[in-house]
Amino acid sequence: MTLTHRAPAEPEQTPEQRTVTLTIDGRSITVPEGTTVWQAARELGIDIPALCHDERYEPVGVCRMCVVDTGGRAFAASCVRPCEPDMEVTTSTPEVEQSRRVLTELLVVDQPEREHDPKQTTTADNELIAVADDYDVIGVDDLFSGPAKGTDHSNPVIAVDHDACILCDRCVRACDDVQGNDVIGRTGKGYGSRIAFDLNDPMGASSCVTCGECVSACPTGALTNKPINNIPIQPKEQLDAVDTVCPYCGVGCALTYYVDRERGGISYAEGRDQPGNQSRLCVKGRYGWDYAASPQRLTTPLIRVDAAYPKGPLSADVKEDSGEDGDGKRGRKPGGLVPYEEVMPHFREATWDEALDLVARRLGEIYAESGSDGIAGFGSAKCSNEEGYLFQKLIRTAFRSNNVDHCTRLCHASSVAALFEGVGSGSVSTTYGDIANADVAIITGSNATANHPVASSFFKQARRDGTTIIYIDPRAGTVADHADIFCQLKPGTDVALYNGIMHEIIRLDLVDHDFVADRTANYEQLAKTVEAYPPELAAQITGVDAETIRRIARIWGEAGAGVIYWGMGISQHTTGTDNARCLIAMCSITGNVGRPGTGLHPLRGQNNVQGASDAGLIPMFYPNYQSASDSAARQRFERAWGVQLNPNNGLTVTEVMASVLDGGVRGMYMLGENPFLSDPNINKVRKALAKLDFLVVQDIFLTETAEFADVILPASSYLEKDGTYTNTDRRVQRGRTVFDPPGQARVDWQIVQDIAQRLGLGWDYRSPREVFEEMVELMPDYANLTYDNLGSTGKLYPNPDPEHEDGTVVLFDDRFNTSDGLAHLVPAEWLPGKELPDEEYPYVLNTGRLLEHWHTGSMTRRSYALDSIAPRAEAYVHPGDAAELGLTDGGRARVVSRRGEIELHVKVSHREARGNVFIPFHFREAAANLLTIDEIDPTGKIPEFKFCAVRIVPVADRESAPAGGSTA
Amino acid sequence: MTEAHEQARSAAREPSVDPATDPSAGEVFDADIHAKAREVIARYPQSRSALLPLLHLVQSVQGYVSREGITFCARHLDLSEAEVSGVVTFYTMYKRRPCGQHLVSVCTNTLCAALGGDAVYRRLCEHLGEEGRPLGHEETAGTPGEQGSITIEHAECLAACDLAPVLQVNYEYFDNQSPDSAVELVDALRNGDKPAPTRGAPLTDFRSAELQLAGFFPDDSEQSRSDVDAPTAAEETVRGARLAQDRGWTAPAMPDDVALPEVEQK
Repeated sequence: MTLTHRAPAEPEQTPEQRTVTLTIDGRSITVPEGTTVWQAARELGIDIPALCHDERYEPVGVCRMCVVDTGGRAFAASCVRPCEPDMEVTTSTPEVEQSRRVLTELLVVDQPEREHDPKQTTTADNELIAVADDYDVIGVDDLFSGPAKGTDHSNPVIAVDHDACILCDRCVRACDDVQGNDVIGRTGKGYGSRIAFDLNDPMGASSCVTCGECVSACPTGALTNKPINNIPIQPKEQLDAVDTVCPYCGVGCALTYYVDRERGGISYAEGRDQPGNQSRLCVKGRYGWDYAASPQRLTTPLIRVDAAYPKGPLSADVKEDSGEDGDGKRGRKPGGLVPYEEVMPHFREATWDEALDLVARRLGEIYAESGSDGIAGFGSAKCSNEEGYLFQKLIRTAFRSNNVDHCTRLCHASSVAALFEGVGSGSVSTTYGDIANADVAIITGSNATANHPVASSFFKQARRDGTTIIYIDPRAGTVADHADIFCQLKPGTDVALYNGIMHEIIRLDLVDHDFVADRTANYEQLAKTVEAYPPELAAQITGVDAETIRRIARIWGEAGAGVIYWGMGISQHTTGTDNARCLIAMCSITGNVGRPGTGLHPLRGQNNVQGASDAGLIPMFYPNYQSASDSAARQRFERAWGVQLNPNNGLTVTEVMASVLDGGVRGMYMLGENPFLSDPNINKVRKALAKLDFLVVQDIFLTETAEFADVILPASSYLEKDGTYTNTDRRVQRGRTVFDPPGQARVDWQIVQDIAQRLGLGWDYRSPREVFEEMVELMPDYANLTYDNLGSTGKLYPNPDPEHEDGTVVLFDDRFNTSDGLAHLVPAEWLPGKELPDEEYPYVLNTGRLLEHWHTGSMTRRSYALDSIAPRAEAYVHPGDAAELGLTDGGRARVVSRRGEIELHVKVSHREARGNVFIPFHFREAAANLLTIDEIDPTGKIPEFKFCAVRIVPVADRESAPAGGSTA
Repeated sequence: MTEAHEQARSAAREPSVDPATDPSAGEVFDADIHAKAREVIARYPQSRSALLPLLHLVQSVQGYVSREGITFCARHLDLSEAEVSGVVTFYTMYKRRPCGQHLVSVCTNTLCAALGGDAVYRRLCEHLGEEGRPLGHEETAGTPGEQGSITIEHAECLAACDLAPVLQVNYEYFDNQSPDSAVELVDALRNGDKPAPTRGAPLTDFRSAELQLAGFFPDDSEQSRSDVDAPTAAEETVRGARLAQDRGWTAPAMPDDVALPEVEQK
């Protein structure tokens, strides 16, 4: 593992790079060919003013502020003018200064008054005003000022003031070249020109995804952030900057919150330069943090009152069983969150001591009565590494139970199972940014533009720079718009497709025979299996024409460097492990692992799903994937923790629920998980939760799961604690405290420690830093990492020298992590989904996420920006199906499966295939998981969220129903 | 990068979603127009070069560039809608509102204006207006698209100063106009007549002219030749050249190393 991260900003150095020598303001300088005059001057410490230029973007030379005298007939724009040999540049002459001053006057005359400028009155860093001050251009009265061009306040968090716009095109480049969203352009000509969104639409009605990259690009007051929660936008000097990491997805963007201490709120967020995200953010990271300030935060420990027993759901929404005769109550609340007024009366406030004593006593009693099998704990991939580590240590040491799991079971458990079996490691073999070095990238089962938006911006950028992108997905998500080949396969036919591709790769003899011979095992068996999948057969199963399969095979087989990124579309099937096995085989037989631009990357969902798995929140693994059933590993942890441990693997998330119904597990500790909404077949989860003898829920909001709790402990949000988080790239980063927890809410690791102490464990950690140090001792992959050397941008693991290196990008350059060092190829036969569509249930349901929302919505639906952009549940249906079923866009439909039914709005979408319906699972008022099937993958134990049969029935719109209708 | 990658890259220029079946582009454009679009695109080494003729093709169908038209071009050329929209709003020959059967463009640039172009424009606007309200720039008398409907615009220089004031109908010239002759012309157009232009091809209608601008000519090759070859030079335009020829005048050759005149300092 010798390959280390190449700093992205550093230009490629070739040994015989040619240079040019020139003179700038009388000083000689030698620069690489292609360097602009502006860059060369900067190296000499000469700052040339520029408005349209920013080093983040390709220079365009439109504002002419950076002109210099090169002795030519006209001044040259230094930001685009390459240095030439013997050039003599003067950056400041009276004529040049006059040119800049006149230009400034011409720009200022059309600007809003300073006291009304949207930027100067907020962040006070309007770059044009700074230039104007330098040139003493204060008021310009003697020049004609044109008619106003107007403002646009249609976006909930971004304000547009066209009068403040100087048409520098920075926002256009930020939108097109950086984020690859292609929304902003220009409209009109001459004086009437404006920036325009799509077809000159209002920003809020355009295809804009509100990533805010344009706001961070804009030098003037044309694009500015609007205040959220009435915390005014202020100059940075007046705010407290906290460097931390985004709490949402596995991309783990580094960001800085600018905090208003006086008002106790965040004013705004900005992306921070870190080798992964390179300052980019998406809508959730930049605007979705205000949930932590919600008045609905839990602030006092709560104990269920006697009258609320026997236990059951407390709100009408959760109580209601799905029957054909719905009384119209579900979904009657626009916000769709747990109704506090219905649930709170069933709990009373308690002191921390009383609540913690009760938790320790009841869990202790159940353990005494039923032993290790009676207790289970669900941790969370939203929590830090330290919290995950302590939580599993508590369950494993206090209750001698391996029944500890978290939501990785619901996302990549099958990928991890296949990766362990194939390459001996569950983490990614290369980073998302490494796509830049790939000739070909396959993106499959991943709606990356919605679920990993910032990673997808690097995918889009790579394609513009020449990487061929093959997108394989049953839905034509926006990634398809950026793909060279889009392969819309039928849902649940992945194995057949990849076997067909491998069949063709072998037939064309595009196999890397040296790699196969030296680095893999079981190739013959794989070849024999895929022999039975000629492209024509694969075409019949997958619905992809044989020619496309052949084309993909040739392109992948001939690629110098190929990489595969995949998401839940691969893993959330009963054949999830087989799907991932195929991807491992695809890379292995073509030698596409272990070099830059090659490898396997399951895109991680949660911000800390990698870390929570690393930390041991898995029923069969101790921290660092040391097998719980392996006696050497067990002894290592018994020594470290000073207790005897349980040699049997524990139960997974889905198995725990089944065990509860069978009377096995009786007591549960739920740390930040909401299985009521996230697990398949909610009706079954409802019964299981009600049956538990004791349930303690530790969370920041009242969740649906908390309605079944005996004790609710008010925890801290991400913004209120220190800890480390490990992103999809294996980058370990520090999250830092922004606020104190509200009311009596406490930091999670301290709550876990308090319970541990009451259960007789002598824990005495004084800080997350101490926990991290203990973890690193026990986790070889995290070796050498310390809070201090993680620095502000974190470090990739493994990392032999974190003081000087960013860490290892590419794994497996000479051997795999398996015991024999070889990649183990595991052939797979295609199997159909467990519940195929039939006459009664003719549609295939696919579930997933939206860009704006996160999982069960408990955070994002309490965020002003995110909830106002995507406020309601919708079923996405192909226009042809919609026409056949009599559904209209915006109308309502009932979607029914064998397990339940929901009612929601219809979105007619050309991105769906015929016969498929897509429903995001964020909305409790139309919970997609009432419909999903709880069949699981035999190896990864992951539920089949991506495939079940449903029927769709149009429903007359209640709102448009005649008066006297059943409006609740 | 190997040949296969190159092929994949060029194949990528074919949009990943087939524009012909993409419902977001609506059903405004039939199979023939999609075929024509592909024909236009095939003329250029880079597909995006086909945007200008493709926009004319769109106008030949709808008489303007609609939202569907923008989406149509964006999908065919793998451009963003914002990029297409930027081009559409930049060039005045692309109309964002439905045009009449005929487009009348009156030159109001310096020389035409001085010689009566402003008066021609004013008179036409009044004449085509209703109930005392004159038409404005890019407004239409009658229902756009229907027989006899006329859209009027004032145009920047039409490059015929020697014949000023001029106007164009569907980009064909009518030279040396007066307010009266212009009114006579639009009345004829409203009656369904197609008076012959002073020079150039015979008059058709706006959409047919747009189809020609997209590069498609009538199937009848004779008619097609006559459209293309129709004389466009007026006697006034070539008179100077002819005089020089008669008298054997030639312009002195321009030396390569001539010094440029000093520009006065401001």
